[in-house]
Amino acid sequence: MAERKPIKGITKDRTEKLIQETLAEMPAKAQKKRAPHLGANEPSASPCAVKSNKKVVPGVMSQRGCAYAGAKGVVWGPIRDMVHVSHGPIGCGVYSWGTRRNLMQGIPGVTSFPMDFTSDFQERDIVYGGDKKLEKLLNEANELFPLAKGFSVLSECPVGLIGDDINAVTKRMEGELDKLVVPCNCEGFRGVSQSLGHHISNDSIRDHIIGRFEFPDAPGPYDVALIGDYNIGGDVWAAKPILEEIGLNVKSVWTGDGEVEKIGATHNVKLNLIHCYRSMNYMCKVMEEKWNIPWLEYNFFGPSKIEESLRNIAERFDDTIKANVEKVIAKYKPVMQAVIDEYKPRLDGKTAMLFVGGLRPRHTVGAYEDLGIQITGSGYEFAHQDDYDRTAPEMAKGTLIYDDVSEFELEKFVEEFKPDLVGSGIKEKYVFQKSGIPFRQMHSWDYSGPYHGYEGFKIFARDIDMAINSPTWKLVKSPF
Amino acid sequence: MSAETSVKTVTEHSPEEIERVKEWINTEEYKEINFAREALVINPAHACQPLGAQMVATAFEGSLPFVHGSQGCASYFRSTFSRHFREPSAATCDAMTEDGAVFGGQANLFEGLENAYSLYKPKMIPVYTTCMPEVIGDDLTAFIKNAKQKGHVPEDLPIPYANTPSFNGTHIHGYDSMLRSILTYLTEGQKIEGKCTGKLNLIPGFDGSTGNIREYKRILDLMEIPYTVLADTSDVFDSPCDGHYKLYPGGTKIEDAAESINGKVTMAMQKYSTVNTMKFIEETYSGEKVVMPMPFGIQKTDEFLMKLSELFGKPIPEQLKAERGRAVDAMTDAHQYLHGKKFAVAGDPDYLLGIVSFLLEMGAIPYHILCSRTTKKFEKEMKALLETSPFGAQGKIYINKDLWHMRSLLVTDPVDGIIGDTHAKWAARDAKIPLFRIGFPIIDRVNMHRTPVIGYGGAVSILSMIANKFLDIKDETCENQWFEMMR
Repeated sequence: MAERKPIKGITKDRTEKLIQETLAEMPAKAQKKRAPHLGANEPSASPCAVKSNKKVVPGVMSQRGCAYAGAKGVVWGPIRDMVHVSHGPIGCGVYSWGTRRNLMQGIPGVTSFPMDFTSDFQERDIVYGGDKKLEKLLNEANELFPLAKGFSVLSECPVGLIGDDINAVTKRMEGELDKLVVPCNCEGFRGVSQSLGHHISNDSIRDHIIGRFEFPDAPGPYDVALIGDYNIGGDVWAAKPILEEIGLNVKSVWTGDGEVEKIGATHNVKLNLIHCYRSMNYMCKVMEEKWNIPWLEYNFFGPSKIEESLRNIAERFDDTIKANVEKVIAKYKPVMQAVIDEYKPRLDGKTAMLFVGGLRPRHTVGAYEDLGIQITGSGYEFAHQDDYDRTAPEMAKGTLIYDDVSEFELEKFVEEFKPDLVGSGIKEKYVFQKSGIPFRQMHSWDYSGPYHGYEGFKIFARDIDMAINSPTWKLVKSPF
Repeated sequence: MSAETSVKTVTEHSPEEIERVKEWINTEEYKEINFAREALVINPAHACQPLGAQMVATAFEGSLPFVHGSQGCASYFRSTFSRHFREPSAATCDAMTEDGAVFGGQANLFEGLENAYSLYKPKMIPVYTTCMPEVIGDDLTAFIKNAKQKGHVPEDLPIPYANTPSFNGTHIHGYDSMLRSILTYLTEGQKIEGKCTGKLNLIPGFDGSTGNIREYKRILDLMEIPYTVLADTSDVFDSPCDGHYKLYPGGTKIEDAAESINGKVTMAMQKYSTVNTMKFIEETYSGEKVVMPMPFGIQKTDEFLMKLSELFGKPIPEQLKAERGRAVDAMTDAHQYLHGKKFAVAGDPDYLLGIVSFLLEMGAIPYHILCSRTTKKFEKEMKALLETSPFGAQGKIYINKDLWHMRSLLVTDPVDGIIGDTHAKWAARDAKIPLFRIGFPIIDRVNMHRTPVIGYGGAVSILSMIANKFLDIKDETCENQWFEMMR
């Protein structure tokens, strides 16, 4: 991949100076801890110089969540035909109920369960333990929701601290109910971020789900699975049709709008296509080792990356698929060009800074660039080294890379780089909007979407244009 | 996966089976099974203590809320407030992890306080807890004392703290604990015998409406009563967009809070969210202490104004009298659209009492009244309220029942409208009954928190929202021959 052209005004010196000035305002210990997480991009450097996946520095206002958030909100919650039990006190389940936009088909309460199920721990459950309550509630849930294909039990902080054994309960209940009952020891205090929750959930899928089912029809040469697409704002529904149009057979989706039995039969596919590498690479590697299923990362944000990804996918298949891919690319080229022609004139030369979760800090860069927007800074809440290694080549030299950036740091960076747009999360949104800086939530697509695939790019382009060029920003400064 | 587990074939439910269950969950039989639940809570209408604590902690000038415990909790609280108010919601935390579970959270607290203090330069750092330190038994009194002694933060920096375990009570109790703790801290040694500031201390309680807080203040200004709101969220969660982000956009001044102990009157506008705070105030504060019902509707607003007038010896100004008249005018004009209409209401205890009171005034019927975590005392008070009106005779109270219970009620014994927060939208959709959003959180409509629902103006707003929606439904759904110009 050709290295990106430098961005006007963005140099390694300027970026490093900015980092030093920002760090200088912190106490010595915090400076020392934070310094390795901030850097100026070196596109060809491997490994990327920025450190990651370390503990949050106490007191700095990190944007990170916890293992439970990574397990319930990210991996399990989107599986539509299971009842997901937030096991512990009331809060975690309430806050994560319907707040991630992992849309799903089905009839709520009948065939899909976009609801909050909790054991609502009280003081007595802390004192006497919650295992009996768990057993009882699983029976109740099974009676009330007979079409649920299974249950996941997601531990909140107290469960691991009081010594409950959810694994024993779920094992027993699985026998009793003759349905999947999967334990997930994802207490929020475990690990340093959401990331461990993803990993623990992947392990639960490995230990309790994968390999236990098979598809009714015989395996075919074009069978694939979509891994790590959570259907935020309907992304799966924009991505899957493209794969079907090129002739592939999408057998299961992990886990957006997902069905648990199909997830459990994924070991029968020919290729795993992985979207969010961070949260699901573990299972791809397990399936590769155990069932020899290769995996391939793909990125369907913006026409350039869609084309690149489709051609990479085609390489794994025969001439039929290769020909289909070229046909599909040709079919959508004018459609995408029309989108670019409409929006690029208003966006060309603008800059944006990103701070998001698992894959978007790098995956969406191409979509912005398709619209003429350059990314001057990017970073992740909970990434690891391999994510940053994949990010460096996607960013121009000297741009800012920040890991687990605190509100304090991001404010300073934005103040200096003055981007035309910040793309980040709900906690950051209004901080920047108060400053008069256009903003789009890049976790939730700001209640819009899909942004993925050809259909998604139309919406993405419209939304980014709307954010940057809304006449409301002109009203921010009072004339008096 | 155990080796002996057999591999099953992926199955699909038959359309007939899906149809059967779809109908079954709307039956009386299902309702009975649903109400027999003892362990499982589905779709609750309440959150946990530290969320409420954060609402108070953020509402003082220069105050930085600080979560002692897991970082995920802090992110959840901040996100919840930002989604509801569409505003920044600053709070920091000391990010306890596994080692904290083993060694306790003192080291995290030290480092967290030090960093928070030097980065964000707060005037006060209220600390409240998540489940984790509560389960392991962290001693915050000692930890905070040690933090000051060891120089992590200045000795004179106010660091009040509240124990807010999520396995006890709800967000309204966290609000109460944190407010009590902050007032205890700030007023210590401030009482001067014989001194009276002449001011009213107004405690709004856990209220997701900044419009309500502004309305209280407007009324007090009109009555020329000096006041301190304890604690004032209005400028914090409804700040101007002027090109400058302010970490501390407003809130009750710390000096004013400290002085509140010498106030003339302390008035709580919610009862259930201020129990312990008012207990403390009873014991320590000068002046009168009053707990009022939330001023929903005409009579409760009358009560509020007359109480103010009585306590401060100020007349109720003509302007408010005219506002009352206009509100009553609106209610008599539109009574026909609400009279006899049945409502399901879900929410926090004080809000529920207020809303039910308003419905009774309108001749509407509060029918299913649901609070997903509360006490027998509340049930009794609600019952007494229903008994004050013939329109309350059909009202049934459900305490410690959730929104999945409410769904069963709605589909087996329907109503005309539902009043509650956004979480009730699932049940509303299933039952095909309009939802009127009053409460917390409202995360699917804009600006609801800016319009007051209390006071005379609030009554007009609620009435208009409900009546006009009913008329929209009529216009949208009636057959051609019944579609007409006037309604």
